[in-house]
Amino acid sequence: MLSFIMRRFLTAIPTLLVIVTISFFLIRLAPGGPFDLERPLEAKVMENLNRIYQLDKPLIQQYWLYLSAVMHGDFGPSFILRDFSVGELFARGLPISMTLGALAITLAILVGGTLGTIAALRQNSLADYIVTGLGAMGLTIPNFVVAPVLQIVLGLALAWLPVAGWADGSPRNLVMPVIVLALPQIAVVARMTRAAMIENLRSNHIRTLRSLGLPWHVIVTHALRGASLPVISYLGPAAAALLTGSVVVETIFGLPGIGRYFVEGALNRDYTLVMGTVVVVAVFVLIFNLVVDILYAVVDPRIRFD
Amino acid sequence: MAEGAALPIETLADPVSGRSLWVEARGRLLNNKAAVASIVLLGFIAIACIFGPLVTGHPFDQVYPDYVKVPASLEAYPKADQITPQIERIGARVRGKPENIQVKGDNVTVTLVGQRPIDERLLAYFERSDMFGAAKIAEKTDEGKRIVVDVPLKKKYFLFGTDTNGRDLLTRTMKAGQISLAIGLLATFVAILIGVAYGATSGYLGGRADLIMMRVVDVIYSLPFIFFVIMLVVFFGRNFILMFIAVGAVEWLDMARIVRGQTLSIKRQEYVQAAEALGVETKGIIRRHVIPNTLGPVVVYMTLLVPKVILLESFLSFLGLGVQEPNTSLGVLISEGAKNIQGATWMLLYPSLTLIAILFCLNFIGDGLRDALDPKDR
Amino acid sequence: MADPVLTVRNLNVRFRTGDGILHAVKGIDLDVNAGETVAIVGESGSGKSQTMMSVMGLLASNGWAEGSVKYRGDELVGLSPDKLNRYRGSKLTMIFQEPMTSLDPLYRIGEQLALPLTTHGGLSKAEARRRAIELLELVRIPDPQRRIDSYPHEMSGGQRQRVMIAMALANNPDVLIADEPTTALDVTVQARILELLADLQKRLGMSIVFITHDLGIVRRFADRTYVMKRGEVVESGATSDIFAAPKHPYTQMLIDAEPRGTKEPAPAGSPLVLDARDVKVSFVLKSNLFGQPTHVLNAVDGVSLSVRAGETVGVVGESGSGKSTLGRAVLRLQSASGMVRFEDRNLMPLDRAGMRPLRRHLQLVFQDPFGSLSPRMTAGEIVTEGLLVHEPRISRRDRDRRAAQAFEEVRLEPGWRNRFPHEFSGGQRQRIAIARAMILHPKLVVLDEPTSALDRSVQKEIVELLRDLQKAHGLAYVFISHDLAVVRALSDEIMVMKNGKVVERGSAEEIFERPREDYTRDLIAAAFLKERGVAAPTPATLAS
Repeated sequence: MLSFIMRRFLTAIPTLLVIVTISFFLIRLAPGGPFDLERPLEAKVMENLNRIYQLDKPLIQQYWLYLSAVMHGDFGPSFILRDFSVGELFARGLPISMTLGALAITLAILVGGTLGTIAALRQNSLADYIVTGLGAMGLTIPNFVVAPVLQIVLGLALAWLPVAGWADGSPRNLVMPVIVLALPQIAVVARMTRAAMIENLRSNHIRTLRSLGLPWHVIVTHALRGASLPVISYLGPAAAALLTGSVVVETIFGLPGIGRYFVEGALNRDYTLVMGTVVVVAVFVLIFNLVVDILYAVVDPRIRFD
Repeated sequence: MAEGAALPIETLADPVSGRSLWVEARGRLLNNKAAVASIVLLGFIAIACIFGPLVTGHPFDQVYPDYVKVPASLEAYPKADQITPQIERIGARVRGKPENIQVKGDNVTVTLVGQRPIDERLLAYFERSDMFGAAKIAEKTDEGKRIVVDVPLKKKYFLFGTDTNGRDLLTRTMKAGQISLAIGLLATFVAILIGVAYGATSGYLGGRADLIMMRVVDVIYSLPFIFFVIMLVVFFGRNFILMFIAVGAVEWLDMARIVRGQTLSIKRQEYVQAAEALGVETKGIIRRHVIPNTLGPVVVYMTLLVPKVILLESFLSFLGLGVQEPNTSLGVLISEGAKNIQGATWMLLYPSLTLIAILFCLNFIGDGLRDALDPKDR
Repeated sequence: MADPVLTVRNLNVRFRTGDGILHAVKGIDLDVNAGETVAIVGESGSGKSQTMMSVMGLLASNGWAEGSVKYRGDELVGLSPDKLNRYRGSKLTMIFQEPMTSLDPLYRIGEQLALPLTTHGGLSKAEARRRAIELLELVRIPDPQRRIDSYPHEMSGGQRQRVMIAMALANNPDVLIADEPTTALDVTVQARILELLADLQKRLGMSIVFITHDLGIVRRFADRTYVMKRGEVVESGATSDIFAAPKHPYTQMLIDAEPRGTKEPAPAGSPLVLDARDVKVSFVLKSNLFGQPTHVLNAVDGVSLSVRAGETVGVVGESGSGKSTLGRAVLRLQSASGMVRFEDRNLMPLDRAGMRPLRRHLQLVFQDPFGSLSPRMTAGEIVTEGLLVHEPRISRRDRDRRAAQAFEEVRLEPGWRNRFPHEFSGGQRQRIAIARAMILHPKLVVLDEPTSALDRSVQKEIVELLRDLQKAHGLAYVFISHDLAVVRALSDEIMVMKNGKVVERGSAEEIFERPREDYTRDLIAAAFLKERGVAAPTPATLAS
């Protein structure tokens, strides 16, 4: 298994390299630059800035410089938030985004899994229709609608929770962002669990267990293990996306996570910030794909590590 | 069989017509109440969005400065309590103090009392207001210092209320629906076109070509999607048609994977092998066997991709990267609504309901199609 | 007879389907006595499986049972799953047709075997493991100490069915219901599983209910037999009586449907149609980084085959023996090495385009009549597809006429040619597939298990149709099958294949009367196992 992980890491490196390369040249080819302000800077100032940030060198040389810096864990200075390096920004924002994401994904697994299982066991009952209906709502109502509605209802009308803010991760401040993040995931997990459970409960090996007169909980356990496989493979990329922050949720709730950096960085041509975010997201995706593969192999003995 | 043994013409003339899988699928879809209701509702929304702006009586970009942020109402504007302040405002301009304001049906009679004779040309202020028609002088006394004017009310309906600029939200919602649906269809069309061609080619060629083509898909897949879309915005600026062609060009990845998988499994089917044994050329196999049999999942995926793209558009609009004023889309309206949620809930409510209704319908139709085209219970 | 374990009275099973309510079992009565073997025989759709599924409370969620099923006087119909679990798995157990999927792929077989032991027998984990090893020994799994920790995918189909039997026997049941337990297995494995069941019954003394379509199994094992047709029991009684003097015409028909007879030899001096020499097909299972193969499967390993006009060569063997690959290789649908000549032409140097004009002479009929017809084309379009390639000039109307003729020739109603494949039964679909091959007037037809997916009575019709077509058009057949009864009824020459090689070949008579290889003898014994208990397999009884 160790060699499997090693091998996966080795194959991930070229993928990462391709992503970094494509992103690097894409953002560089985009019109405009980081110092294009409303009022153009003096040519002399511009020249100086370009020299300081090494933007005056040929693009290919900049690319090599960036690559070697990233290898050493240096993401460079941010262009718009000039007092900070990209690394510092991540060091502050990433823990916040990850806390929110981890809570949301946990909530999604627990609530979604339970709802999906109930719906599958009581197929075509009222409970099933309610779960399917809620699932459809969770999937279709955009989070930028849910978030303000929650703010109005829970934050202003009932005044149970603070409307926005991080407040050093106070649990009361976490509730609403986590719910908004988790809702669509709950819907997807419930839906997938339901479909997979129904398929599993109809399968021949569950019929065998029933023919052997085994109690209900044994049958459900067996069906759940089989049904977890598609959910696991969905959760990998979903977890990676959640842990790296959500623009919408962080904007609406005023949270200092890293989700906003993508948009801000790209729009302001903050090359290093965008590249840093790309690298972080890609690394998360690769790690979680690996986690999925390992989990999959643990659950399903038919998958071999070689 | 010898040629002489040709069959009597009667048996040839009237073969029993069969029920194709499409016909059966249509039957199953029509039995699915949620799907049928969704098709009807979506059809209604689409027709309303396309033709609605012609009948609401408000151009989508018409600004009514007197009706900024008025709430949704089934009754006509102006409301009784709006008339007096408005007349007072006009009175101030006309330099006449309004007295004895009387509303009778669609007419208001008001007496203007000025310190000096009132300039009748200034009465045009009534017509310039969004609430009134041309004022007529009914009585003139006191050397023109005191005039009684009859002003017809201009009745206006704002069923969804108006926005922060005083534009009719119903018309804007319809216009937005038009654009959102158009964008959804456009991007989906592009995605399907590329995806089907790429996937079918990759799957049918197989071997090394397939390996390389799918590796390309994998790499593009692992690029962060939001980054990609934002870069597209940056490149194409605010030309949303171009942008959504580009979004379609990103969204084809899933389609390519689905079609490739489908093609691979169809290729292994015995009916394709049978066609090969008959000597049918690759072209014929793809046309007669591969494409008709991949169509089911493609149609299903298409109905599920449209809401995805619409949602993506709203997301971009929410970030302020979407359609530009005075054009609008559901995402733009929702994002404005979210900013004005206090005091103007209707601005969030109606566009959101429209968007959710469209998404719900498309999802139910997609699910219904999937069940109808791929019935596992049989 | 006086000791009924299981009594079924007026049992009805219904299913709610999209097209209304399906009455699958219509008020049947049935008894199983202690220690006896009862067979329920019938064709697909006769309701034989659903009868026993309802006894076990395993009907699909859209089905329900009415009537009475009593186990030693206790009513089972209408019991809640909890109450039913007092009987299921301990008193009444069941094994199924699909050994490949009946075990949970995610658990070791030891864990699965322990479940009924700990649940019903109250054993501890360690005791259950010890008992599980004993059970594996009982069902003759080699090396049970090690195999108990295997996963299902590490075992063959036959071994998995043995594990299923072990699970069913774990708590010494009174009744074992076996639903087509060998249908999905290779013939020689089938025979061994059946022997095991017979032997276990002798040792453990339980009753066995065999649900089967195979009269051979019935005749060999069952004390009493119920014949079912469309949800009703049409005949029941002692097996020997039923076979000696069937009363119901349906039973008679089933017994007659056993393929019989032999083929008349082809006329002397008929021309050689196909001559294949030293055909080799290999598949690369694994290759190293540089694309060089490291593991190669020789699916077909130097096989020669020649067929004359009007002649049938039967190719028999178990699954994986390479017989289907050989069939595809001689038609050049599979890349191969060696030499293949059709009439006077060497096919090997021809590419796809070069083969195309010859395709009309070389046709193929598949096993699966459900998979071999494109689901979105009408039967008429399917049948005439070859005409588009080989006679592109003929008009649409002529094509339609040719389709109608082809339908007549395979004895299908020509008026049905606008229907779609799913509107036909299995036998009718196979006729469409045959019509598709015949419309081009081919010279050689490779028949790849054309009857294996069909009910016996339908098989017989297809065999007769193929025989008649051969006679009428002087066709050369390569007949690939694992079913020796059908092969015998159709073939002049027979090749027995194993692991890609021909282990024995000769005339049909030689192979069946004087088999030289053990493998051939096994195949024959397995195929004609009905004869063992009654009489030795002599050509006289077979040919009738």
